[in-house]
Amino acid sequence: MWKRDESVKPATPPAQTPVTTPSAPVAAAPAASEPRTQLGRDNVNIGKSVIIKGELSGSEDLTIEGHVEGRIDLKDNVLTIGPNGKIKAEIFAKAVVVLGEVTGNVTASEKVDIRDNGSVDGDIASPRVAIAEGAHFRGAVDMQRAGAKAQAKPAAPAAPGPAQPQAQKVGA
Amino acid sequence: MTDLFGILGPRRVGETASVVDASVTHVTEVSYPTQALQKFLRCLHGADNPLILDLGPVVGSNVTFFGEQLGCRIRVEDVAGDIDKHLKEGKLEQLPEFFTGRFTQEPGSVDGILCWDILDYLDRPAAQTLATALCRLLKPEGCLLGLFSTADTPGQVYTKYVVVDESTLRYRTYPGLRQRQRSLLNGDIIKLFKDLRVTDSFLMKSKLREMLFRKPAPRA
Repeated sequence: MWKRDESVKPATPPAQTPVTTPSAPVAAAPAASEPRTQLGRDNVNIGKSVIIKGELSGSEDLTIEGHVEGRIDLKDNVLTIGPNGKIKAEIFAKAVVVLGEVTGNVTASEKVDIRDNGSVDGDIASPRVAIAEGAHFRGAVDMQRAGAKAQAKPAAPAAPGPAQPQAQKVGA
Repeated sequence: MTDLFGILGPRRVGETASVVDASVTHVTEVSYPTQALQKFLRCLHGADNPLILDLGPVVGSNVTFFGEQLGCRIRVEDVAGDIDKHLKEGKLEQLPEFFTGRFTQEPGSVDGILCWDILDYLDRPAAQTLATALCRLLKPEGCLLGLFSTADTPGQVYTKYVVVDESTLRYRTYPGLRQRQRSLLNGDIIKLFKDLRVTDSFLMKSKLREMLFRKPAPRA
């Protein structure tokens, strides 16, 4: 459904697995003459002239430079939102790298990485989250790591009980 | 005449004139000790997967610190961005009304609020509305960390407070559209958060007062 980078030489025969099962037609096809980015193995590129509305799923790493609205499901793969990418969708992936704009909740089983100038407006659920200086983020982060809290909580805090009201101290 | 104005010093600029070239604003990064952050973290000790509301702009390392290391859920709501947006649109007087509906969380659902120094940038009505909204969001026994300037500081900069560790904050300024307003007196601050109890107050060498508030549990 989207443009596959022809420079990619996958180890497996190229016609083995359909990468996407969009539930809605692509609104605009990629221009045949559009310059293509060199990508690694098993990495599919959606060019910046492509608009997809519906559900996007697959089993290959994916880079999106175009517009996607709906839902993106790449549970075992890496999703990269390129600098030109604009996403209004719920995202589920193994790892998500954001250099463009995302509006919607992002769930990743490994990591979410919002790079400089990347933007996420939505909630993130992932065990690891990296947000670069200069990135925009508005929403909630839940790293869902059981046991982490016990590991890093302040050591043996004195019972926090009622402190003296208006305690005035001069410190540091 | 010009010289006379020069002697008198710079005028306080009006709101409409306060949009300046950010490139001339002095940007600094300095580390200071903190006393209140440790206490804030202790307040969260009993909560399971506590929810923290961060009113500053997003700081990646803070998200990692609170989320990955402490197991908190952290919600980032950049109030400085709200101020700048209203200032750009010339709607600063609408901020109090805006803050009334700003937060969509359930009342009493937040374990801790990192208010930082955002109240220093607000006029009294907006500060009061924001403070009231925050009090409503806090759970009983939840805590709020606020920083308040004790001296007038020039320059239209906001500060990102980067958590280095439990006892150190790095103050990283960045250009903004508004300068700090008149320093709030201790009594003013307490009135703003009249539904909370001040548990600790530290006067720091960084010319900030660190204050920790706690929401009292309802009486049985």
